[in-house]
Formats: sequence, structure tokens, C-alpha cells
Amino acid sequence: MSEGRIGDSPARVGGFDRVTGRQAYVADIRLEGMLHAKLVTLDRARARIIGIDTSEALAVPGVRLVMTAADLPQPMPRFGPQFTDRPVLAVGETKYHGEPVAAVAAETLDAAEKAAGLVKVAYEELPAVFTIADALDPEAPLVQDPTLRPGEPLAATNVLREHHFGWGDVDAAAAEAEVVVEGSYAFPMVTHFAIEPHGFIAAPDGDGLAIWSSIQHPYWLQRVIAKLVGLPLAKVRVHAPDPGGAFGGKQHAKYEPLVAFMALRAGRPVRLVLTLEETFQAVRRGASEVRVRAGFRRDGGLVFRDIEANYLIGAYADIADRTVTKGSYSANGPYMVPSVRIVARSVFSHTTPSTAFRGFGNPQQIWAVESNMDEAAQALGIDPLELRLRNLARPGDPFIPGDRPADGDWAQAVHRAAELIGWGGPKAPGRGRGLALGLKSGPTTGLSYATVRLLADGSIIVNAGTSDMGQGARTIFAQIAAQELGAPIGWVTVVMGDTAVVPYDQQTSASRSSVLMGNAVLAACRDIQAKLRAMAGLLEGVHETVIVVDRGEVHIGERTLPIRDVLVRGLGRLGGEVIGVGESRKEADPDHPLGGTAAFFEFNATAVEVEVDRDTGDVTVTRHVTVSDVGRAMNPSQVRGQDEGAAITGLGHTLMERLIYDDEGRIRSLGAIDYKIPTTLDLPLRMESDIVENEDGPGPYGAKGMSEGALLPVAPAVAAAVHDATGVRIRDLPLSPERVWRALREADETPDSADPATFDPR
Amino acid sequence: MTVRLPISMTVNGRARSIEVPTHHTLLEVLRDDLWLTGTKECCLVGECGACTVMVDGASVDSCLRLAAEADGTAITTIEGLADVGMLDPLQAAFIQTGAAQCGFCIPGQLMAARALLDLNPTPSRAEVEDGLAGNLCRCAGYEQIIEAVLVAADVQAAEVESAEVEAAR
Repeated sequence: MSEGRIGDSPARVGGFDRVTGRQAYVADIRLEGMLHAKLVTLDRARARIIGIDTSEALAVPGVRLVMTAADLPQPMPRFGPQFTDRPVLAVGETKYHGEPVAAVAAETLDAAEKAAGLVKVAYEELPAVFTIADALDPEAPLVQDPTLRPGEPLAATNVLREHHFGWGDVDAAAAEAEVVVEGSYAFPMVTHFAIEPHGFIAAPDGDGLAIWSSIQHPYWLQRVIAKLVGLPLAKVRVHAPDPGGAFGGKQHAKYEPLVAFMALRAGRPVRLVLTLEETFQAVRRGASEVRVRAGFRRDGGLVFRDIEANYLIGAYADIADRTVTKGSYSANGPYMVPSVRIVARSVFSHTTPSTAFRGFGNPQQIWAVESNMDEAAQALGIDPLELRLRNLARPGDPFIPGDRPADGDWAQAVHRAAELIGWGGPKAPGRGRGLALGLKSGPTTGLSYATVRLLADGSIIVNAGTSDMGQGARTIFAQIAAQELGAPIGWVTVVMGDTAVVPYDQQTSASRSSVLMGNAVLAACRDIQAKLRAMAGLLEGVHETVIVVDRGEVHIGERTLPIRDVLVRGLGRLGGEVIGVGESRKEADPDHPLGGTAAFFEFNATAVEVEVDRDTGDVTVTRHVTVSDVGRAMNPSQVRGQDEGAAITGLGHTLMERLIYDDEGRIRSLGAIDYKIPTTLDLPLRMESDIVENEDGPGPYGAKGMSEGALLPVAPAVAAAVHDATGVRIRDLPLSPERVWRALREADETPDSADPATFDPR
Repeated sequence: MTVRLPISMTVNGRARSIEVPTHHTLLEVLRDDLWLTGTKECCLVGECGACTVMVDGASVDSCLRLAAEADGTAITTIEGLADVGMLDPLQAAFIQTGAAQCGFCIPGQLMAARALLDLNPTPSRAEVEDGLAGNLCRCAGYEQIIEAVLVAADVQAAEVESAEVEAAR
């Protein structure tokens, strides 16, 4: 087993508990006197609530509470990370299939379920919108009450916000373009399907309140709850056990406010664990329709890009508009283009509120822009690899004017992917290859604190408020502490997930934690090193300026001592410990379109080879190559797990996943039988992941954030390969057998249908 | 009125007699009555495999089996996979290859893999893919999971071989 230094792949911290069943997730926690809750929902999307009769439900033995909107403070408390629009329970009307109108708490789950079925809700179905086209119709019913968005110019429409980004002059540049390639590309609604359904517990806690949630942002949740129930932050204690998969779906509060009010009313702990079906109704990714118009010179140089995107978000904003903003702002990708115009709208609908999901608004744009790039290569008669390399930003290029310049030698990753797949080399008959690039802005703001305690025997406790949802943050922080303070990794304990114990962290998102919290842990270790320098100076009678503490050792002139020797002597008979505090900030920039520049960019090049069964439309990915620029892989095994996992998750929305709504706005692919995600039988026949390490990131030891990059370009790479193999061009996801089969048949009937829509503008 | 039924089963080598509501699944009884929460609950329709346990040596989705049907059987859950102080080669291999990410599906993956190796101690990669096809992992750590099962099969084979050499002496 490795020492656990930086660059090693030690056993995952928390791995033992994960393989023995001891890891306690929210649903595994039992509190004395805990009540079990069940949501009451309607089998409709939008309905006016006429009345709720709880009498039969209350008569069920064991039922302690049936909560409706009328039992909550008036006016209805609302919350939300961007807009405070989401009510604790539906008030007046439901806005999407699965929105709770009431909730039952009982001594047993059986009783709660029975009683939930006996809550009688009288309702009247109302007209609703479930698609972008319907929602944008001027006659469409409004999803949200305009008074919720006072002063917003679009408040009387279903457009939550319209964003404009870009530089240069697209209209003027259009005159320079020799070839213009245009297309529209659709990305469906997909759901997170974390194997752990969302779970919440709230309990009175002395003169305060305790919450347990599988949440990514415990400190954000603490603020939300404190504000809603009127308690100071210090009286709301959020326990955040490691999420059993989150992927963005567990960033922000969902039903924690509801269980908080129920626990306060019942005076007892209340537990709500969603079913998988309820989880589908709680979180999803925004669907999109993106129109791309790109102008090129005949030599392949990009002259302009003109992008218009509509994202179908749900009935409440959650963090969806931010995904639209962030995904669209960098939609031009890693290319140097003189003129770019991007318009993006977040469009409300009577559907599940969409939220963050691995890739955060970027996969939708990348699907469109990279597919368009492949069509452009075809139209120009230039190899798709060459076309990308010709336009790719080089290190230091201001590829998004006003933002962080290109912070990696991205061409290295592109070349590596091409080399691994054998780009340009011979192919087996019937096979096709495709390549695509993905770029995503890292966090634009951030604040992470860490405390590190070096105990008297040289062992270490790290307090870090990141949520370890599988990305392995706990291991990375332990490796940093082990490296800096000279302990074996087995001597490091990392404490997370308790706002009463662990200092503040803004959030776990945007692949930030290795960089931002990593830097905070590093700073805390350096703080300890400074204290050890002073300690050694006193012990040795030398001035501390001649002492260097580095990577676990104390250097005094020619002599080198292990940190532990200085520590044991310095602390003396009383023992004690040395405490280090670290802070890491990514400052906001109020004038920046995203509120701050990117802390780093995630970059990935993906190349695939596919085989298409012309009789069934089934696409087999015979090879999948994914290469990420990670700056420095602090833990190569975990980097591999993140990249390969992201790649396979990307294959899910590429080949099979889609939430299907019926005409009444009910999800028909609701649950594991009807909604397919990749299994071991859907893997590429060969998966190769590789990395580029130039130690050019802002994180510890030159690391960049990673975890989302390998998902970003999967869909356009696969679609390009399908085109290469068959000649058919598909612009809607997923590339399901049915859709591919239909496209093949259509192509047989109308052979020109796959040609890109191009024109010479003059 | 809930109808309850007395059942007896051996769980992780220990005899358990318990009264269970007739409509409760084996999963519910393991988690809620016996507090063996290592077995996970997700889809409840037998698609995700998070609740996989071994019943009389066969891998079973415990969400699809009524507890009453488990009367008289021997159950192994994730809590019973390791011998005292000694991880199963599968558990060690999952740690070694980094197969566990968030970890929520891992108990089910391990029980399915144990049932597979018991039936077929030297599976090919394709046979591992088949054997684990009913166990979803949304972290999609499949490559490292499959690698772990193959590593464990090798370790197990080496152990068997050395035990045979030992016995032949």
C-alpha cells in the first residue's frame, strides 16, 4: 500500500466503510422517536387546489401530523438559491407532476404511506406548458406569478431570463465568411438517478434545529433553514453524511425546509426518504434547443459564431438559470474566434425543476457547437481534427476576452486522443470515428476554510467542509496533509459534514474542491509549518529564518529532522497540538458576466469509434478515448475513476436516457424500469483514459479541477462517429436505436438529408 | 390491521427468529428490523441491484423477496461478507482498484460479485459484465469494478492453489 503522498493512489479514505456496509448514508440514520414522512402529490402537473381533507388520514393509527400549506406560516415561506420562488408546499396550485401539496408524519412508514393515500385533495386541472415552443407562445399560461419577480422585465412571460454574451461584431464578420454552417441541436430532459434517493431528517436540537441531508452545500442549506425558521445560523446544525451520488442534484435545498417545519411542529425528529420515482420528480437536467451558425474561411479559420439557445427549465428556478448562464457564456468552446454572439434563455415550464447536473449547462451547448463543427469539417472538406487544431486557443490566448486566458496546452490533449484512437488510420468496415472537445469554466467565486490539527504524536485531523460524494475529496485532503506534515496517510483523519464542527465552505460544485478546499488545507498545513519553524528555532536556539519546513521535514542549516521530532520536543510534557488555519478565496468580480472569472478551465478531448447495426439502429461504442488536462493528478486512480465515470455517464444521455412526459405533464419514464442508464452491458468495448499533466493549474501542486470534463464532449463525438460510419447526421439526443434506425431508413429514401446546411453568404 | 408472521432465518451465520408483517420485503426486514443497513434501498423494482444479498448462496434482489418467503433460508448480507478481521478478496480488491466512489451501490455490487465467483471462480471479463449487469453504478465506476472482480478472482485462485499445495504436503 502506498504512503499516500501526492501522485500516489492510496486506498480511498472511507473506502473500508464503503466495502463493508458501514458507511452511514442519511437513510441509515435512526434517531430516537423519529417519525416517518410521506409526501402527498397529485397525478397531474398543474392543478388548482380547491380543498384538502385530512380527516381520514389523521384517523390512521400512528399518524401524528398531516401538514398542508395552511399549517405553515403565512404568507407561504419560499426559498431558492437564485430566486426565492419555491414554496415549502404547493400553495394555490401545483406547478409540476410530483409537487407535494401535503405531507404526513407517522410512527411507521406503513402508516405514513397509508395516510398519504387518504388525504383527499379536491383539484381542478389547469392549462399547462411542457415544451419550449408552448412555453414561448404569447398566449401561454404563465408558470410563475409575475409578482414573484418584481422589476424583472420578463416577469410577464415564461422566460426567466435572457442572457447576451459575446464579443466582436458578428454581423460585420458574416461578410468575411466564405462558408457558413448552420444547424439546430436538441438535448432532452435527463435525470440524475443517483443510486441513493434523496433523504432528509430534521430534529429539534436543544434550542435549535438539526438537519441531516445528503446535501452538497451544507452551509448554504444552513442559511436557507435559518432564514425560513427564524433561527441564528449557530442554532441550525446541518449534518451532511457523504451523499450516495449527487452529480449536482443534491446541491440545493429540496424538502429540507418541509421536514424542518414538520419536526418543529411535531416536536420530534422527522425523516423523509424519497423513492426513486419521487427523486425523478425532484431533479433533472434542463433540456435545450440550440441553433448554431458558424462562419469559416475556406482554409478552416473560424470567422464568427452565432448561437441562440433555449433551455427548458422547470416550474421553479432552483439553480437552473445559473446553469444556462454558465453553460452558454463559454459556449464558443476552446477556440479563438474573432466575433461571437450568444443569446440564451431559461424558459419556465410545468415540469420538474431542473438543476445542476454534472457539466452544469455546458453539455447542451457542447453537443450543439461540436456537432456543428463536425458538419463544418464535412462542408469544408477539412479533417475534423485539423479543423479543431487550426482554431484551438494556445496557452495564454484570450479566447474569452475579459476572462482567464487559455490556461493549458490543450493541443496536447487533442493530439493524445487522436493518437490513442488511431485517428486517420485504417478502420474496420462499418466502423466510424468521431472526435469532440469539451471546455467548462471552473468556479467563478469561492471561499473555503480548513483547519488542520497536528496532534502530539504527529497524527493529523483535517476539518474540511467539502461533501465527499464519491469524487474522493477526503482522500485528496488526507494526501495533502500527509505530504506537508510528514505523516503516513493512515495517520490522517478527515472530518466533514457537520456545520457545528467544521469551518465554512461555500459549496461542493464545479469540480472545485481539490483546488479551492485543497488550497485551504494546504494553507492550513503551511500555517502549522510556520509554527513548527518558530518551535524549532526556540528548541535549537537559532533564528527561525534559517529554518525551512517542507514536505514533512524540518531543515535547520545542514541538519534535517522529521517534523514529529520537533513536535514532540516542542510540545513537551503537556502535549497538546498545533493548529493551522487555512483560507482560500476566489474573489467575485461584479462587472464580469458570470460574477467572476474562471478559477480554471476543465478541458477534455474525446475520440470514439462506433459500430452501427443497420438492422436495429443499435450503436456500439467499440473504443472510447478520453483525455483530460488535469494540471496534476494528485491521485491518479481517483482521476481515472472520475474521467471514466463521467465518460460513461455521458454515454447515458448520448445513447439511451430521456425523461418522457405525457400530454398532461406526467413523467412516463418514471423509475428504473422505464428509464435506462448505462450498465456493465453498455460499456464501450474498450475504454482508454489518459491525462495531460503540466502542473499549470491554480490548485495544490499545479492541479486543476476535474470530474466533469470527460462527460462534456461525449455526445458530439459519438454522433460524429455515427455519421462517419453511416453517413446519417442526427441532431437530437439520445441516439437511441429507434432514432438511429429511422434516420438510416430516411437516408436510404432521401440520400442528401445528411448534408450540412451550408451556404456561401455572398 | 397488519398481519404478522413468525419466521426463522440464518443471517450472516446467526439464527434469527422474528415476526414480520406479511407485506414487508426482505430488504425492509434486514434494514428496519435487524438494522443491517449495509444493504441499500433504491429502485424497489429489482432493476438497480443496490439491495442485492445472498439467499442460500444465490444473489437476490431483497426488494423483490417477501420476508416471509425467506423463512428457513440462510442470508448473507454485506455485513457478513468479511470474516472477522479479514476482508473478502473482493472487498480488498475493490479498495485496491479504487472501485468504490460514492459507495452506495457497492454492497450490492460486492454481493453480486461474490455470488458470481462462487459459481464461476475464474470468470472472463464478459462473464463479469454479465454477472454484474443487474447492478447499477451512477458514478459509473464500472471499469474499476470489473477490474476489481478480476483481481479478486486471481487472488482467490492463488489462495486455493496454495491451500492445495499445503494440503498435499
